[in-house]
Amino acid sequence: MEDDIKLMKGNEAVAHAAIRYGVDGYFGYPITPQSEILETLTVEKPWKTTGMVVLQAESEVAAINMVYGGAGTGKRVMTSSSSPGVSLKQEGISYIAGAELPCLIVNVMRGGPGLGTIQPSQADYFQTVKGGGHGDYKLITLAPYSVQEMADFVGLGFELAFKYSNPAIILADGIIGQMMEKVVLPPFLPRKTEAEIIAETPWAAQGKPAGRKPNVITSLELDASKMEENNIRFQAKYKKISENEVRYEEFHCEDAEYLLVAFGSSARICQKVVENARNEGIKLGLLRPITLWPFPTEVINNYASKVKGILSVELNAGQMVEDIRLAVNGKVKVEHFGRLGGIVFTPDEILEAFKQKIR
Amino acid sequence: MKKEIIIAGFGGQGVLSMGKILAYSGLMEGKEVSWMPSYGPEQRGGTANVTVILSDAPISSPILNEFDVAIILNQPSLDKFESKVKPGGILIYDGYGIHTPVKRTDIDVYRVDAMDAVTEMQNEKAFNMLILGGLLKVSPMVKIENVLLGLKKSLPERHHKLIPMNEEAIKKGMEIIRKV
Repeated sequence: MEDDIKLMKGNEAVAHAAIRYGVDGYFGYPITPQSEILETLTVEKPWKTTGMVVLQAESEVAAINMVYGGAGTGKRVMTSSSSPGVSLKQEGISYIAGAELPCLIVNVMRGGPGLGTIQPSQADYFQTVKGGGHGDYKLITLAPYSVQEMADFVGLGFELAFKYSNPAIILADGIIGQMMEKVVLPPFLPRKTEAEIIAETPWAAQGKPAGRKPNVITSLELDASKMEENNIRFQAKYKKISENEVRYEEFHCEDAEYLLVAFGSSARICQKVVENARNEGIKLGLLRPITLWPFPTEVINNYASKVKGILSVELNAGQMVEDIRLAVNGKVKVEHFGRLGGIVFTPDEILEAFKQKIR
Repeated sequence: MKKEIIIAGFGGQGVLSMGKILAYSGLMEGKEVSWMPSYGPEQRGGTANVTVILSDAPISSPILNEFDVAIILNQPSLDKFESKVKPGGILIYDGYGIHTPVKRTDIDVYRVDAMDAVTEMQNEKAFNMLILGGLLKVSPMVKIENVLLGLKKSLPERHHKLIPMNEEAIKKGMEIIRKV
């Protein structure tokens, strides 16, 4: 166990966790600040140990479609990229959601729009939780705030993806991807055998045994009334996920008069803001959504009657703040503070913004 | 115990790897550690910095406003970080790259002429280890044996033969650091 405590970057933790979880295939294309995921997999050579496929595709579009194909066979497959690359993957993600396939996507966000910068950002919140690709679909979205969670959410992401037959995404950013921290890697699990995969994913395209109807993996349905039925089924699934899979963490919230809401790296920085504010006698708490979709709407709504004001702290121009405002429905003042394009706020800047905008 | 450290200089001076060795050393002592690089499009000659935190308690923000210790290896880094040392904190600089005197009087300022020393030793790669030695002399935040353990953990095995040279450089750095 001692030996499993390592010091590594968030990106490296994703790669090691994928091998240890028994992932069948990784398909990617390099882009800063997440290239260490593919690099680490290449150094570790899991194809020689677990048999995991690691493939550098010719583009992000190719990589996500390889994931689509692999997921259609019931395998545990994943891809990773950073913001501009994840934009390229959106068509494939929509198809995977439409075909109701499980897979894991990792986005280590950088500053945009366009090619932008390589520095940290959280400006892909809307893209991730509001669609990104076309059609009414949802991605189960996990927002890690430590290297440990980068490792842990690989397994959790696959579990949720397979439980609901739906793509899951880890939404991290350049800070979590590039920083090194202590991490306890998960134990090694064997990859699923062909027999196990056939038993657990009866819908998968595995080669048709005699007597069984063919399994068809597609998002296409030209009959609109049937397509509506499909959509109704998707929505019922999304409702079930919303009711059962909300995850969040509260930090000094018990007696809080004011609340910060932040996810991922911003939540780490906000922990320090809460400590500093409390040293000044300000009763500040932090609510950290761990799942961005499903969003902890009810929890935040409950705080609306308990606190005097909420500040949404994000590395963007104000995205999650919209979901917080919907959650509190006008009951309490909600403001946003952010830095843009790859600039990261310091704890002091956040506390100052809180004093100006909320207190 | 909690130490918040910034190491800043030119890319190629071993800023990031020095931070990494410090973080590994902290890990060897069972401390919580974080290592957050400025990972811009920086190459040899550009500016580079890394924030290292060693702590007995879990670490909150890896991004900081101010530092207990600043290790400054070039002029732009002095300009940027001199004001960010906490009152009573420590600033260590290499005399070779700094052209203006440190103005702060509410902090302890040390000079370690590591560039001159490594030129004399004809071993420029030992530069960052000399600086690290200086740091450990004035702020013994980790034990030397744990630094050596950390080196062993962070270096690939084929480089383990370089560990004695690094140890020597650390000791040299401890000798030559002096208060300004």
